[in-house]
Parts: sequence; structure tokens; C-alpha cells
Amino acid sequence: MSTTVDHAHDHAHGHDHAHDHPHGLQRWLFATNHKDIGTLYLWFSFIMLLSGGVLALMIRTELFQPGLQFFQPEFFNQLTTMHGLVMVFGAIMPAFVGFANWMIPLQVGASDMAFARMNNFSFWLLPPAALLLAGSFFVPGGATAAGWTLYAPLSTQMGPGMDMGIFAMHIMGASSIMGSINIIVTILNMRAPGMTLMKMPMFCWTWLITAYLLIAVMPVLAGAITMTLTDRHFGTSFFNAAGGGDPVMYQHIFWFFGHPEVYIMILPAFGIVSQIIPAFARKPLFGYASMVYATASIAILSFIVWAHHMFTTGMPVTSQLFFMYATMLIAIPTGVKVFNWIATMWKGSMTFETPMLFSVGFLFVFTMGGFTGLILAVTPIDIQLQDTYYVVAHFHYVLVAGSLFALFAGFYYWGPKWTGFMYNETMGKIHFWASLITFNITFFPMHFLGLAGMPRRYADYPAQFTDFNSIASIGAFGFGLCQVFFLFFVVLPSIRGGKPAADKPWEGAEGLEWTVPSPAPFHTFEEPPIVK
Amino acid sequence: MSSHNAAPYYFVPGPSRWPMLGGLSLLITMIGASAWVNDASWGSTVNFIGIACTLTVLYFWFGDAIKESEGGMYSKRIDHSYRWSMGWFIFSEVMFFGAFFGALFYARTITLPWLGDLDHKFIWPDFVAQWGNSPAGTIEPYTSMGPFPIPTINTALLLTSGLTLTIAHHALVAGKRAKTIVWLAATVLLGAVFMGFQAYEYIHAYHELNLKLTSGIYGSTFFMLTGFHGFHVTMGAIMLGVVLVRLMKGHFTPEHHFAFEGAAWYWHFVDVVWLGLYVVVYWM
Amino acid sequence: ADSAAAATEYSKATGGTGGPVANQLNLQPPATKIATEIYDLHNLMMYICLAIFIAVFGVMFYSIFKHRKSLGHKPATFHESTAVEIAWTVVPFLIVIGMALPATRTVVAMKDTSNADITIKATGMQWKWGYDYLKGEGEGINFISNIATPRSQVGSPGVAPTEKRSDTYLIEVDNEVVVPVNRKIRIVTTANDVIHAWTIPAFGVKQDAIPGFVRDTWFKAEHTGVYRGNCVELCGKEHAFMPIVVRVVTADEYTAWVDKKKKELAALADDPNKTWTIDELKTKGEKVYNTNCVACHQATGKGVPGAFASLDGSAVVNGPKADQIHVLLNGQKSGKFPSEMPAWKQLSDTDIAAVITYTRNSWSNKAAENIVQPAEVLAARK
Ligand code: HEA
Ligand code: HEA
Ligand code: CUA
Ligand SMILES: [Cu+2]
Repeated sequence: MSTTVDHAHDHAHGHDHAHDHPHGLQRWLFATNHKDIGTLYLWFSFIMLLSGGVLALMIRTELFQPGLQFFQPEFFNQLTTMHGLVMVFGAIMPAFVGFANWMIPLQVGASDMAFARMNNFSFWLLPPAALLLAGSFFVPGGATAAGWTLYAPLSTQMGPGMDMGIFAMHIMGASSIMGSINIIVTILNMRAPGMTLMKMPMFCWTWLITAYLLIAVMPVLAGAITMTLTDRHFGTSFFNAAGGGDPVMYQHIFWFFGHPEVYIMILPAFGIVSQIIPAFARKPLFGYASMVYATASIAILSFIVWAHHMFTTGMPVTSQLFFMYATMLIAIPTGVKVFNWIATMWKGSMTFETPMLFSVGFLFVFTMGGFTGLILAVTPIDIQLQDTYYVVAHFHYVLVAGSLFALFAGFYYWGPKWTGFMYNETMGKIHFWASLITFNITFFPMHFLGLAGMPRRYADYPAQFTDFNSIASIGAFGFGLCQVFFLFFVVLPSIRGGKPAADKPWEGAEGLEWTVPSPAPFHTFEEPPIVK
Repeated sequence: MSSHNAAPYYFVPGPSRWPMLGGLSLLITMIGASAWVNDASWGSTVNFIGIACTLTVLYFWFGDAIKESEGGMYSKRIDHSYRWSMGWFIFSEVMFFGAFFGALFYARTITLPWLGDLDHKFIWPDFVAQWGNSPAGTIEPYTSMGPFPIPTINTALLLTSGLTLTIAHHALVAGKRAKTIVWLAATVLLGAVFMGFQAYEYIHAYHELNLKLTSGIYGSTFFMLTGFHGFHVTMGAIMLGVVLVRLMKGHFTPEHHFAFEGAAWYWHFVDVVWLGLYVVVYWM
Repeated sequence: ADSAAAATEYSKATGGTGGPVANQLNLQPPATKIATEIYDLHNLMMYICLAIFIAVFGVMFYSIFKHRKSLGHKPATFHESTAVEIAWTVVPFLIVIGMALPATRTVVAMKDTSNADITIKATGMQWKWGYDYLKGEGEGINFISNIATPRSQVGSPGVAPTEKRSDTYLIEVDNEVVVPVNRKIRIVTTANDVIHAWTIPAFGVKQDAIPGFVRDTWFKAEHTGVYRGNCVELCGKEHAFMPIVVRVVTADEYTAWVDKKKKELAALADDPNKTWTIDELKTKGEKVYNTNCVACHQATGKGVPGAFASLDGSAVVNGPKADQIHVLLNGQKSGKFPSEMPAWKQLSDTDIAAVITYTRNSWSNKAAENIVQPAEVLAARK
């Protein structure tokens, strides 16, 4: 007896037998299988990573030397803005949702995501949003150039590209909310019998909390950009002092979303790393319970720190102090996580296959980004560094070496389960070391630039900043090449073939996902496993 | 096909064209909207086509879901999933309204005194920090909206509708279909009357009070808050309307009627938002 | 003599420019007490973070080198310890408090803008700064400060710069803010169009300039010299081209500067009823155009397609002059371009008359009404 009903098929062909394995284009267009949808998400986000990367490389090309060589400043601002938007909303967030789709049902022993059709809808909202964003480059005035933060009233000055951006973000917001509801419900309602919350893999825990954050803050972003839209076209005065509104109000609403957003991009990364380190240390995760509490603390604190992005807007001294203290507190639960990971490695029996390399790389370099974050949290220092390249360095350390490295780690770790083939270990190691080195060549000099006072979002800069900028540009091309290498020498070969992967290719790995064959069959856990 | 007497452990629908077509419809909608707000002649048409497509997709999609539900595919566990999801969806709506309530709070208690303080005399020499004023005198004078009589009547209407809805629910649990239908219909009707009054209030605002969307931050927050609320009332009424039709078609059992309950939760949520509005927009 | 030495030393430390130095690795050398505190705070943070980093990753790398399978290390099985968890929650908490305390003092000091000797209003505009000396010695002085780096040093896509870049490339202005040394200067910021931000890193000062609002900050420069900063809030296309330069001078020099500036202002406050010849207006108008209009409408007068209107052949420029005066005084939002034409009423009557006259007689334009006198602008203002 099949448990699927195939309406699309009914309508299309009038057949009445259900196919277990839809084929061809329809398999992807009409997908309701969490693994297929996960794959769609992963490919989409990888394409967006390359697109956002190309925009970044254009930025770095212009900044290789002082002067204006390649792009007019107004176009440069479009590049910066779209790079930020594409990376945040197109690359990093969907990539984590892709992981969630693939792994959460496998990890909790569910047959699929709770709402399979809505799951596909969440995905199929993304390409339209991407098209709107890409298309906005070609309308009069070009894409929005107000920075990814879309500060009013600069955003009210923009052309139609801004509206397309706003609508694209509405759609992506809807996608995130539906995706998050799906993830929460899957985790809360579909765990296999015996899998209590406190037995759940860390990746599920971090996603549960992330999904909660998403549902809480995406609607707030929607509210902010809706106000921008009505200010632009319908004569409201939310962000216009002449009507009694306030541009700074936009920033408050935006960052109420924006700060939790950055943890949305890091908590699932913490989850992935928390799976990998115990596997390769061959030792259980140290302090599981405290990891859960730390994750929750980070999420809760993330709601009361937003104005650390706004220290230079001029707020009362009490607010500055409050937001400084609250922000600095986040170092504590994050520290607990770092210490727990290291305690997990301590006295383990470690091996260093690529997933572990990327995890250790993550730990090392993310922490540097965490420390620069902490330095930025100190109000007087932030006032010196706000809107300089120091901030750019900080967030690329946490986003590229943090989120992106964790995603790579996750790919190497779970990829064999997805494709059924082992990736080529040598190629993986080359990818890791080359990425780590070129990453630091790109972004480390930016700390110095920022300390010396180079502002961000600058199409041209005082000539004193030339050398570090040139180094960063060279590094960026190197880092870009590493990712092309990743595509052609790691991803594609491991899809096409290679050494067949065992059900459990990692000696120390634990979890239900390793109890099913590699590649994971189309349907898994149709009857839930019993967890002891 | 699956048997109709035993629901699977967890029903997973097969491939469906609706999500993807829904995405496409929204793309059309948004392209149209972008063009429309920028005064392109074709914008509104494309926008409406997109909306029509979206609604069509939703119609078929929900049709499938209803078929599955009535076909006995939904186990207890799926019912739980729906409950969780509706709860979280409503939470997201709370946060959306939160953004606008937050804007109102910020504009009144932070921006307003700020614009009126001594330092700002540099820029706005004649500004008096009074809610509803514009520092630049750029806004045509208007009268703000008080709680009487319409908003109070509307409060009564919505509260009553919450009551009628609860009566309908009790009737449904008690297996009294006819009674359910009557009370549910009354609820939808109360919602419609509410919307009628709301429309009347807007006309009144525009024509007699000169209170418009462009009336500074007061007009902005007033119309955006009440407008989004009105939109949600409409959505809620449509949901209840669909449930009503399904009741008349004989759907639902005393044990199995989450569509009813979900719509009811939503309706109560809209009710609570209104109470918030009633206090902070009309009274304060 | 001491202070002169300090000033020379400072100037040397900044390569003689008062701005950043090539390959500089830390914050700019501080020139105020607040900036010194920030500098020290940052160093303190660096030392603490570095110490934690070395400690934490020392442990990790020890483990990585010793506890590996290839060395035959057998995994332990421990995975919990409440005592340890508490320890590594409490210790970081104490460290964080240790960081926050000294910072708190500085935050409070930075916010205290009371009892200033001189108050200057800085107005951010796309894309230049306007300054008004509101209070204290020099009250009444006002001027616009534009970037002084010529486009010929910048170049443009596909066109190499024709001039060698100066040491102060992009951090030089035509009118510097001048203030006396060792006096508390309060800077009041605001903006005309979008948010800009006023900063001088060496002073430890950075304050957003927000349209419709005023915010303030302060500094007290400890030695004479020139100090440079840039607009640091994304404000549109010329965001990188609106620098800030402050020249700190001795009290006597300041008094002399104020006198000179006042005389200049008096001379500039030209009689709007004077009648000018068309050539005088065209010459003056070209200067006004090049400082204020060229960024958008371009030297060719052709604007930027899809972004900024062309003046060459424009109906407004070639039509009745009253319309063009109206646009300059009140701005215009035609809806055809993403950004609007701002109002230019802060320019003098003569400047507006001159620039209109210039555009009406330049490029291919041959307007029938080809000359505008300052008096006509003055009349239109009412
Ligand atoms: C993944 C994304 C991510 C993450 C995880 C973080 C993490 C943190 N961020 Fe970051 N941040 C961004 C993404 C992120 N940030 C982005 C995108 C921006 C710029 C947005 C824009 O303007 O465009 C930004 C900007 C930003 C600013 C504003 C800068 C400015 O514009 O002026 C500040 C200021 O406080 C800040 C602080 C912090 C802090 C304190 C953390 C903390 O969570 C870090 C905590 C971690 C550690 C501290 C290290 C590990 C801890 C230990 C080993 C324990 C022991 C340590 C101590 C006791 C000290 N961030
Ligand atoms: C979220 C994640 C994320 C990621 C992964 C990145 C990745 C990179 N970013 Fe960043 N960046 C942001 C988020 C991110 N960024 C944000 C939020 C901002 C702020 C925006 C704002 O100010 O509003 C920003 C801003 C920003 C700036 C500042 C711009 C400015 O202020 O003007 C710079 C400058 O160097 C930069 C550089 C880079 C580089 C070199 C990479 C590299 O890691 C990219 C690596 C390159 C590739 C991966 C491309 C590989 C592809 C090819 C080589 C071609 C292949 C072609 C085909 C297949 C057809 N980014
Ligand atoms: Cu002005 Cu940036
Ligand atoms: Cu933040």
C-alpha cells in the first residue's frame, strides 16, 4: 500500500497508480520529497553564492587601485547592495534550509517534512525573488543602491529597482516563514518514538531555535520595507521628519530584524559543527545540555542588542550603555559553545578528513570574527570603527569563515549520504587549505584598513589605503577560484561517481541518518524507527 | 490508491504542480506591482492577472488538501501538525503587527518629543510637540479619529463575533450541524458589517476630517494599522466563509474539524489585534 | 614651544597629511583625550582577546597534535561536567565586566556636549558639507565645503586620470573648518537629503547627520594641525567624495581667520540689485556649475541617461526663465529619474542667476531668454 496520493499525475495523465519515483523535470518542479527539495535548495544557494561572488569580485576589481577604473560610483553602490542581499538572502539562508530539508527528517526519523507541498512552495518562491533581484539591474536607474540595510531616506530616492528589491524580499520572507514553520513542526511533531527533545541531534536543536528566530523577525523586516514602499509611493511619512516620522526609526525596525538575522545565519552552522566534531573526535559532544541552553541564550539575547549597529546615530547615553552591555553578554554563551567543542576534542581520537578540517577551520577563524564583534560592541571603539572596513572584516569572518565554512564542512560530512559516493579526499583537502589561506589574504587586511579609517561602501579611496586593498583584491580572486575548484573538482565528480559510500562512512558518526543506505533512498522512515 | 478507512502513519502528498505555479503567479504579481507603483500603464493589469493566478492556484491546492482530508488520509498526527503550524503562523502575524505598533510607539514617545526639543529649534522653529502635528507645517490640517461612535460599535461587533463563533464551535462539537451553520454565518456577517463600518469610517476620514494616508505620521500609522487589520478581517472572513461552505457540503465531524478551529484561532487573533488598536490608536 | 613640538610630531606620525598613513596597522594617532581613551581601550581589548585566543587555541592545538588516532590515542568517554560549565560561564562573565567598566567612563564622557566654547553646525548634503558657526567666537560664519580633488585625478571608467594624485587625494576640501586649539568644539549635525556621517578619526568623533534632526558631538583638539575624515554613511553616488577637513590653529590665528572670513562674507554678500553683464554671469556661473551641478549633470551638460537629467537641449533650460528659477529654488521631482533635483535655495541670488545664465548659453543651448539677473531670483524667492 502506497502512502502517497498523486494529484498532479491524476490531472496530467489520468493514471491512477502512484509513482514512487517521479522522473524528469516534473520530479524537480512538482517535488514534494524533502530530499529533492533539499537538493533544489542547495543548488539554488550555490548558484547564488557564485552570483554574489561575481558581484564581490567586481567590487574587488574596482577597489584594486584608487581612482575609478571600471564602474561609475552609482553602479558600484548597486554592486555592494546586491552582493549583500544576494549572499544573505540568496546564498547563506537557503543553503541552511537545504541542509535542514535533507537532514532533519533523517535525523529525527520522520518520513518527510511536515508539509511537503508547502515545503516545495517555500523553495519555488526563491527563484522568482532571485529573478526580481537580477531583473532590477536592468530597469531605469538600475538595482537598488541603498546598501543591503536599505536605510531610509536613501532608499526613498531609489528607482523602480528598489521596489523590485522590496517585493523580492517580501517573497523571500514568506518563503523563510513557511520554511521555518515546516521545520519547527517537523521537529516538534514528527520525531520518532523515543527521541526526546534532549536526545535530538544538535543540528536539529539549532535549527529549531533558528526557525523560531526567523518566524519572529522576518515579519518585522516585511513591516519595515512595507513602510519604505508606502513612503516611496503612497505619501506616508514613517521615515520623513517633515511629516513627524524618523529615518532612525527605520534603523530600529530593520536591526530588530537584522541582528537576530545574523544569528539565523550562524546557529545552524554551530549545529553542523556540533555534529562533525564529535564524529571525528570519536567522543560524544561535551556538554550537550549546556550547548542547548547556550544556543537558546544566544537567541534570546539577540533580541535586545540591535542598536549596537546604531551607536553613531546619536542615542541617549543610557541606551548606548544598555546595548553595549547586552551585546557583550553574547560572548558568554558563544564562549560556552567554543569551549564545549574544544572539550569534545580533548582526549579524543581525532582524524582530520575534510569535514573535520573545515570544522576546525571554522572554530579558529570564526572566533577571530567573534572577537572583532566583541571589540565592536564596545561603544567608544565602535564609534571609531562603525561603517569602516573593520566592520566588513568582522562580518566576513563570521559569515564566510563562519557560516560558509560550516556549510562546506556539512557538505563533506553528509554529501556521501546524498550522492552515495565519497568525494575525493585530496581535492577536499586542497579546497580547505586554499580557501583558508585565500580567505585570510582577502579579509585580514581589511581590519587594518578599517582601523586606519577607510569607510565602507566606497567606490574610491584615499591613496594611503592602496596596498591593503590590492592584497584583498588578489585574495578575493583566489578565494573565488577555490570555489570554482570546489564545483568542478569536488561537487560534480562526487555526484557522477567515485568510491561508493558506506551507510556510515565515518567511524565516529552517530545518528539515525547513518542507519539508512547511501545514497539515502527516495523514501526513508515511512514507518518510524524506535529510538532507545 | 490508498484505502479510505485507515489513515497512513503520516500522509505525504505526492508531486504537486501547485507550489511551483504559485511561485510563478507571485512572480507575475510582483512584476505587476513593481510596474504599477512606478506608474507603468501595464502594471495594474499584470498585477491583477498575477493575483488571479495566485488565487486559482490556492483554490486547487486547498481543493487537494480538502480531498485528502475528507478521504481520510489525515491521521491524528497530521492534525497536530496543522495545529502547530497555525499557531506559529499566527505568531508571525503578531510580529508583523508588532512592527507597526512599534512604529506608532516610537513615533509618539521618542520622535515627537525629540523633534520638539530645544536643539531642534534650529530646524523646526515653530514646532509644537503634539501628537498629530507636523514640524514643517507641510500637512494640511485634519481632525484625528476618536473612539466614538464607529470604533466602539466595531469593537462590540468583533467581540460579539467572537462569541457567535464560539457558540458555533460548541455546536459543531455537539454534532449540531444546522446550529453550527447558523452561528458561523452570523459570525461572517458580523465581520462583513465590521468591514462596512470600517469603509464608512475611511470615507468619513477622507471627506470630513481631511485625515488621509498623507496626513503625516498620524495618518501613516492610523491607516496602515487599521488598514492591515481590515485586510486581516477580510482574510479571516474568507476563511470562515470557506469553512461555512464546507459545513454545508457536509464536511467535518465533531472530532475532526481543524479547518474550523484554525480559522477560529485566526479570527480571535484578529479580534485581539483590534482591541490593541482600539486602545492605542483611538483612545490614546 | 612644547605644543609646537607635539604638533610637529603628530603631523609626522600622519605622514604630514593629517590623514591615514600607508600600511598603518592601528587606529590613527589620537589628537584628543577621548581619542586617546579609545585608542587605549582598543589596545586593551586586543590584549585580552589575544590572550584568550592563545589560551583557548593553545589547548585546541595541543589536543589536535596529541589526541589523534594516528598516534594511537584512544578516545576518552567523558562528556559532561557541571563544574567546568559553570567555570567557563562565570570567568568570561567577569572578563566581560572588566572590559565594559572602563568603556562606560568613556561613553559618558563622549556624550557630554555641555559648556562648549564654539558650536558649529555641520549639514550633510548630497555631496558636500555646509558649516555654520552658531555660537562662540566666529558666530555667523558659514560656508560650503566641497571636495578639492579634481576629477582629473580620479579618472572615470575607461578614462585614465590625467593628473598625478596628491598626498591628500580625496581627503582635501576647498573650505576647511577652522577651530582653535584646546577649546571645546561642539559639532551639531543635520542633513538636507539623506543620512551622512561626520567624522574625524583622530578626534574620536563620528556622528550621523540625519535629515530633519539634529544630533551633536564634541572634541577638544590637543595640538594644532590638519585633521581629515570622510563621510561615512552611504549617501548615494558621490558618497566617497565628500571629505571633511578640520584645521586646528592657535587662538590668535583663529581670531585672525575669523576676521578674514567675516570680511570675505561681507564682500560676498553681494548686492542683489546690481546688474551684471552676460559675460560676467557666464564666467561666475561656470564656477558655480562646476562646484555644485557637475556631479550629476556632468561637464557635458548631458546628465546620465536614466539617472540624471540632461540640461543640454532641455526644455526647461531653453524655455521661460521663470520656470528654471523655480526649479533651482524649490527642486523638482519629475518621477523620470530615481533621485530628485534638490532645492538650491542656500546658494546666493547671484550664484543662482549666474548658473542659470551659464546653462542657458552653454553646449547647444541658445535660450531666447538668455540672461537672469540676481534681482529676478530675489523676487522669485518671495
Ligand atoms: C554570522 C553572522 C554574525 C555573527 C555570528 C556576529 C557576531 C557578533 N557580532 Fe556582528 N555583524 C554581522 C554578522 C555577525 N556578527 C554583520 C553582517 C554585521 C554588519 C551589518 C552591516 O552593517 O552591514 C555585523 C556588525 C556588528 C556590529 C556593528 C558594527 C558597526 O556597524 O559599527 C557589532 C557591534 O557590536 C557586532 C557585534 C557582534 C558580536 C558581539 C558578536 C558575537 O556574537 C560574537 C561572539 C563570539 C565570541 C566573542 C568569540 C568566542 C568566545 C569565546 C572564545 C569566549 C571568551 C571570550 C570572552 C570572554 C571575551 N557585529
Ligand atoms: C553573507 C555572506 C557573504 C559572503 C559569502 C560574502 C563573500 C564575499 N564578500 Fe561580502 N558582503 C556581505 C556578505 C557576504 N560576502 C554583506 C552582507 C556585505 C555588506 C553589503 C553592504 O554594504 O550593503 C558585504 C560587503 C562586501 C564588501 C564591501 C563592499 C563595500 O563596502 O563597498 C566587500 C569588499 O571587498 C566584499 C567582498 C566579498 C568577497 C571578496 C567575498 C568572497 O567570499 C566571494 C568569493 C567569490 C566567489 C564564491 C565567486 C566564485 C565565482 C567565480 C570566480 C566565477 C564563476 C562564474 C561562473 C560559474 C559563471 N563584501
Ligand atoms: Cu555623505 Cu556619504
Ligand atoms: Cu548585530
